[in-house]
Amino acid sequence: MTRTIRHAAVLCLLLLLALLVNAARLQVVDAPELGGNPANRRADIVRYAQPRGDILVDGKPVTGSKDTGELLRHERTYRAGPLYAPVTGYASQTYGTSFVEHAEDAVLSGTDPLLAPLPFFSDLSRGRPPGGDVATTVRASVQEAAYRGLAGRRGAVAAVEPATGRILALVSSPSYDPDLLSGTGPEVARAWAGLNGADAQPMLNRAIRQTYPPGSAFKIVTAAAALETGVVDDMDAPTRTPEPYLLPNTRTPLPNATRGCENASLAYAVQWSCNSVMANLGVRVGLADMVATARGFGFNDPGLRIPSGVAASNFDTDMSPDQLALSSIGQFNTTATPLQMALVASAVAGGGDIRHPYLVERITRANGDLAEQNGPRAYREAMTPVTAQRLRELMVRAVEEGTGKNAAIDGATVGGKTGTAQHGIDNSGLPYAWFIGWAHAHDAAQPAVAVAVVVEDAAALREDISGGGSAAPIARAVMEAALWDP
Amino acid sequence: MTATTAGTSPHEPSPGPRPPKRRGVELSLLVCAVLICVYGYVAVGLARNGAVPQDVAGYGAGLGVLALLAHLAVRLRAPYADPLLLPIAVLLNGLGLVLIYRLDLETAPDRAAPAQLVWSTLGVALFIAAVGLLRDHRVLARYAYLSVTAALALLVAPIFFPAVNGARIWIRIGQLSFQPGEFAKVLLAVFFAAYLAANRGALTHASRLIRKLQLPTGRVLGPVVAVWLVSVGVLVLERDLGTSLLFFGLFVVMLYVATGRIGWIAVGLLLASAGAFAVGSLEPHVHSRVDDWLNPYAGIEAGRGPGQLAQSLFAFAAGGLLGTGLGLGHSVLIGFATKSDFILATAGEELGLVGLSSIFLLYGLLVARGLSAGLGVRDPFGRLLAVGLSSIIALQVFVIAGGVTGLIPLTGMPMPFLAQGGSSVVTNWVIVALMIRLSHSARAPQPVLMDTDVLAPAAAVRR
Repeated sequence: MTRTIRHAAVLCLLLLLALLVNAARLQVVDAPELGGNPANRRADIVRYAQPRGDILVDGKPVTGSKDTGELLRHERTYRAGPLYAPVTGYASQTYGTSFVEHAEDAVLSGTDPLLAPLPFFSDLSRGRPPGGDVATTVRASVQEAAYRGLAGRRGAVAAVEPATGRILALVSSPSYDPDLLSGTGPEVARAWAGLNGADAQPMLNRAIRQTYPPGSAFKIVTAAAALETGVVDDMDAPTRTPEPYLLPNTRTPLPNATRGCENASLAYAVQWSCNSVMANLGVRVGLADMVATARGFGFNDPGLRIPSGVAASNFDTDMSPDQLALSSIGQFNTTATPLQMALVASAVAGGGDIRHPYLVERITRANGDLAEQNGPRAYREAMTPVTAQRLRELMVRAVEEGTGKNAAIDGATVGGKTGTAQHGIDNSGLPYAWFIGWAHAHDAAQPAVAVAVVVEDAAALREDISGGGSAAPIARAVMEAALWDP
Repeated sequence: MTATTAGTSPHEPSPGPRPPKRRGVELSLLVCAVLICVYGYVAVGLARNGAVPQDVAGYGAGLGVLALLAHLAVRLRAPYADPLLLPIAVLLNGLGLVLIYRLDLETAPDRAAPAQLVWSTLGVALFIAAVGLLRDHRVLARYAYLSVTAALALLVAPIFFPAVNGARIWIRIGQLSFQPGEFAKVLLAVFFAAYLAANRGALTHASRLIRKLQLPTGRVLGPVVAVWLVSVGVLVLERDLGTSLLFFGLFVVMLYVATGRIGWIAVGLLLASAGAFAVGSLEPHVHSRVDDWLNPYAGIEAGRGPGQLAQSLFAFAAGGLLGTGLGLGHSVLIGFATKSDFILATAGEELGLVGLSSIFLLYGLLVARGLSAGLGVRDPFGRLLAVGLSSIIALQVFVIAGGVTGLIPLTGMPMPFLAQGGSSVVTNWVIVALMIRLSHSARAPQPVLMDTDVLAPAAAVRR
């Protein structure tokens, strides 16, 4: 019987080995795949086990976390959700994250290696550091001024600090409260469906994700190209532009909304927004140089991240002369995000250079220690300082005695450009009203702010007046907040 | 009564060097086992609440006293017993208590650990009684037919009670519920050992040659077929695939060990696969278990979410090499039976592959010590009983551990000592008590009884 007992022992040993090998297969070899199975809720449970880090504006959190006591324990909350939605985005247990919540998710949820004081030990112990805080460059007063100014109308505002690239305001209207999307359950699904299905598209971040035809606001770019290439030397010299101006190789006249454009100077054309002059100058600059200049201002860049991706603004690279003429006044296929147009103003205010726009000022650990600090970075050289200085003069004139009078501010130099863009089939849609501008306090070394405002459904009586009428007052409020408010 | 019969054996020390008793080793291992369990208890408290649980002293003292009493019983009544058996049992039982206590935190207010502690106490009491009162294991052989009658009665009883979770293996009286099938295992092992020891010769030699394969004759085949029928009956009537697998496996292993005949294994495997196939295709409960095993993620693909087995596999995978740490896993996602059938998933997730392998090795060691006691015992009944008891543990661990890790189709069964379940814990303590008894006989300096004719009474009962 000794022999057979030994056989039984061998059998038991085989069974033991089978268990051990299978356990190793399951826990080591197959583990990553099983851990990544979407039906495995562990990743979510761990993710929401601790409060999410906060997003700060002016050093104060605009987000929060509430302990629901459920399986996915902590839920995102928002203070002033609609106001900051284009900045924060949402952090939903059902629908994922967007914007800063998405771009800085690793920091906010605590997985970023920046947050772990001892990375290797954390891996071993599987400890997850508490979520870090993300301080934004946004200034509450500027953001609020822009949000109040839009007052629920469809539109957007982007404001940057020209010397640094800090984004001071990013507003999209109408907005939504991301708080509605934080949790799980049928009411969240209803809110999601409602927001996505709404005609007003409240979840669309118009400031960085929507491109609009910039209309006359684009004339700043065309003017820069004309000055840089030497097509125009003397801003006050006549430009040999006939009236009516026919689009090249066509019999289509390009109408002006203002008088006195025949053979007008560049200065007059920018100040009073002459379509014919700017189209003529664009064509004379030529496609290659127009494209290069537009690119220098940031157009055609699909890779811009602030850190959320910004939709690429477009200036076509292959066009006939008549299309180039239209493109040079911000029509045809030329489109731009409000942030892009704020960068155009910023380039003029900042002496020709564009600083890389950024939204995240610094990242701090839960205990307040600094983990990462962002600063100014070069982005584009749009033009020479000389050209920038000349364009400053033109933009100041446009505000002081031209179409942008509504943007003037006491105690500061303000430059601006209005715009009204036709859109829709046969231009049937309500035109978009634009204002781009910048403000430089008399007692300051640097311009405080460059801003772009777009109002989608401005009731336009006459081209440019709507840009000055609907958008300029909003821009002024934003610039005043940036200039004077803490 | 057992005491008086066993009293006839001579107990004079034999001349010559006496083998070491190793009770000191046992005591120090017991201290380690208790400390490990207390540490686990503290670790759960620290992980969950950041504080040492308040009742840690009481818990440690309780487990320590149980271990000490068991140790004293062994020291007094089975001084030559294997020193590893008791510490392994205490460690596994204590670890089970820690895991159940840890899962109780998730399922509040439903708490299972206090009841399990009571059952463990009862188990240790039975252990002490068995070690203390049973002077000689051979006495058990006399009650072979009483054992099998009792075992069948216990097996049949739950058929008259309502099914729980698809299986009719429970007897519920008020709040109290127990699984009689657990007790039946030991009784059946005793019967098989006695029957096989008595009929070894007939089973080995009576055979018929069919195409070079020696097959047993019909007369001796009868009991085998009977056992097979009982197993299949259990399966069909109680829908308990695990128990029937265990019974049949136990019988085949013991038959082979007793006779050394490959033919038995061939017949056994043939019958087992025929029975399993027939039941597997006819019985939907069993059929679905096989489907689950073949594709554990079918529920996810069908949009129904992960099933229990998938959740169990997720839990093991989440543990990885080192585990999440006690109290920090999410094995509670498995749903019901986390504390019983799926307790191993919690061990796998929170202790990792390292902890899980350690547990497997502990079981392996327990089985190995049981089998080695079987090699050391001199009488056939004792040898077969040791093999039987070890096989029960080995097969049970394999069936349930293989089930929850996706190695074989899942069948509901408690993990010995670890899992929640009073009947199981008590039975396992009795098994360990018998192993202690057998290992004492194996290692004691003087054979307790010289005559090999001890099975005569069993034969007498039969007639």
